[in-house]
Amino acid sequence: MESLYQEIILDHYRNPHHRGLREPYDVEVHHVNPTCGDEVTLRVVVEDGVVADVSYDGQGCSISQAATSVMTDLVIGRPVAEALAKHDAFLELMQSRGGLDPDEEVLEDGIAFAGVSKYPARVKCALLGWMAWKDATAQAVAIAGGVH
Amino acid sequence: MVTPAGSSLDVEAVRKDFPVLSREVNGRPLVYLDSASSSHKPLQVLEAERQFVEEHYSNVHRGVHTLSQEATDAYESARSTVAAFLGGAHDEVVFTKNVTESINLIAYALSNPGSPVQLGPGDEVCVTELEHHSNLVPWQQLCERTGATLRWFSLTDEGRLDLGSDAVNERTKVLAFGHVSNILGTENPVRELADRARAVGALSIVDGAQAVPHQAVSVRALGVDLYAFTGHKMLAPTGVGVLWGRAEILDALPPFMGGGSMIEQVSMSGSTYAKAPERFEAGTPVISQAIALAAACDYLSDVGLDVIKAHEVVLTARLLDGLHALPGVRVIGPDTTELRGSAVSFVLDGVHPHDVGQSLDEQGIAVRVGHHCAAPVCKRYGVPATARASTYLYNTEAEIDALVDGIQQVQRFWGAA
Repeated sequence: MESLYQEIILDHYRNPHHRGLREPYDVEVHHVNPTCGDEVTLRVVVEDGVVADVSYDGQGCSISQAATSVMTDLVIGRPVAEALAKHDAFLELMQSRGGLDPDEEVLEDGIAFAGVSKYPARVKCALLGWMAWKDATAQAVAIAGGVH
Repeated sequence: MVTPAGSSLDVEAVRKDFPVLSREVNGRPLVYLDSASSSHKPLQVLEAERQFVEEHYSNVHRGVHTLSQEATDAYESARSTVAAFLGGAHDEVVFTKNVTESINLIAYALSNPGSPVQLGPGDEVCVTELEHHSNLVPWQQLCERTGATLRWFSLTDEGRLDLGSDAVNERTKVLAFGHVSNILGTENPVRELADRARAVGALSIVDGAQAVPHQAVSVRALGVDLYAFTGHKMLAPTGVGVLWGRAEILDALPPFMGGGSMIEQVSMSGSTYAKAPERFEAGTPVISQAIALAAACDYLSDVGLDVIKAHEVVLTARLLDGLHALPGVRVIGPDTTELRGSAVSFVLDGVHPHDVGQSLDEQGIAVRVGHHCAAPVCKRYGVPATARASTYLYNTEAEIDALVDGIQQVQRFWGAA
């Protein structure tokens, strides 16, 4: 059980970072995991190509909630391209079935989820917040592109 | 092991028929408490299927060669066994894929040309708030196709249907409801509901997926028009389900799917259809699975459905008592064994059901977590999901105790309660 529920994950679950929906925002999305009922409402602000803020509210298991908290730490304040690279790295880790040694430089607290990749039923939990962020950010970038 | 008081079932003898129950999971003896989702299969059922495939297998119907005739005889004999198991007649049993297909068969037949029931705006289809999605979504779709209105009986705080409404009335054309809830465990008053449907001229359709495996069911005594159940929850393989229908109703319904085997005459300008049940079995049916289902019926009859029911009441009472004694644990559904099946949903304060299920699996205990394909029930009771333990004839009191101990370990790990 310890390989799945790392202390870092439990910490983020009990004390989530950047939680709560904030104003103003560019785009709000609502993503659900239909097989288990986990859900997240997530807002992004993109300013000058940088992820200026990500705020969210949701309900779900420890994995989905902690992964969303870690995600906000990784993407807020970073250029969109850099944040997307972290998304890609986290997705690759989740799809590795335990076969990847994660790069702490890139994923920071996200490396605690390496064990989750060995539990296929839980991978989608870990990806819920990331998918919502990617969706919202793509919409925000598209809106910004249309304005210019 | 001592045979539990109130149960005359020799569980240890039964367990010898289910080899998977002796395996380990995560270094601990498997405690399988997920039979409401799917049951395990005894050697006798596996052997019946294997013997048929090894010695008699061929496609059924239409063939003149020996194997085809033997396969047809075995398949139709399976139909008779299932019919007798339910208290119905041979031609009243349609083999389907599962309950979902059985319900869709009716819902689509009712909007196909030639349906004896015409649905349109102003007509109503009635369900209940505790339905599995398989007995809800097809009726929502039927209402979309026809313009009819969906009504339902709501749930009380105690997990029972509130029958004091006009959800069934003179506009009702169809009343569809579950016999036993897969998430709450609630057993519904089938006879009373069927009588209400009949009084207003509506068809009554029952999802018996959680009833037929666990208690003696006589479709005639229940007074219903149509009754669906599935094999894989009652010791048979996946892929085979049953729709039972009163002969005069099946005979009047148009087909759902078209194709081979369901026809009488076919020309380029049109076709006529076979009588029930063949009319509803388009294409090559599930042959060896149907034969295995009949073997499962025989197995359950040999043990005795009343014996099984009594055994499960003992287990369910022990589980409810164990859960009620734990602080921070809430049972979602009826809190006694009265008019209740053996599926017990519960939630732990401060621990998400997914984490409960995962933590129990680490201890070798298999429960199901999620909304159990009954999302409106979770919404009704204000929970995103539940953990559900469900027992069957092969479970022991020691396994119930292992679950209750396991829940306490989960609470300690997560710092709850």
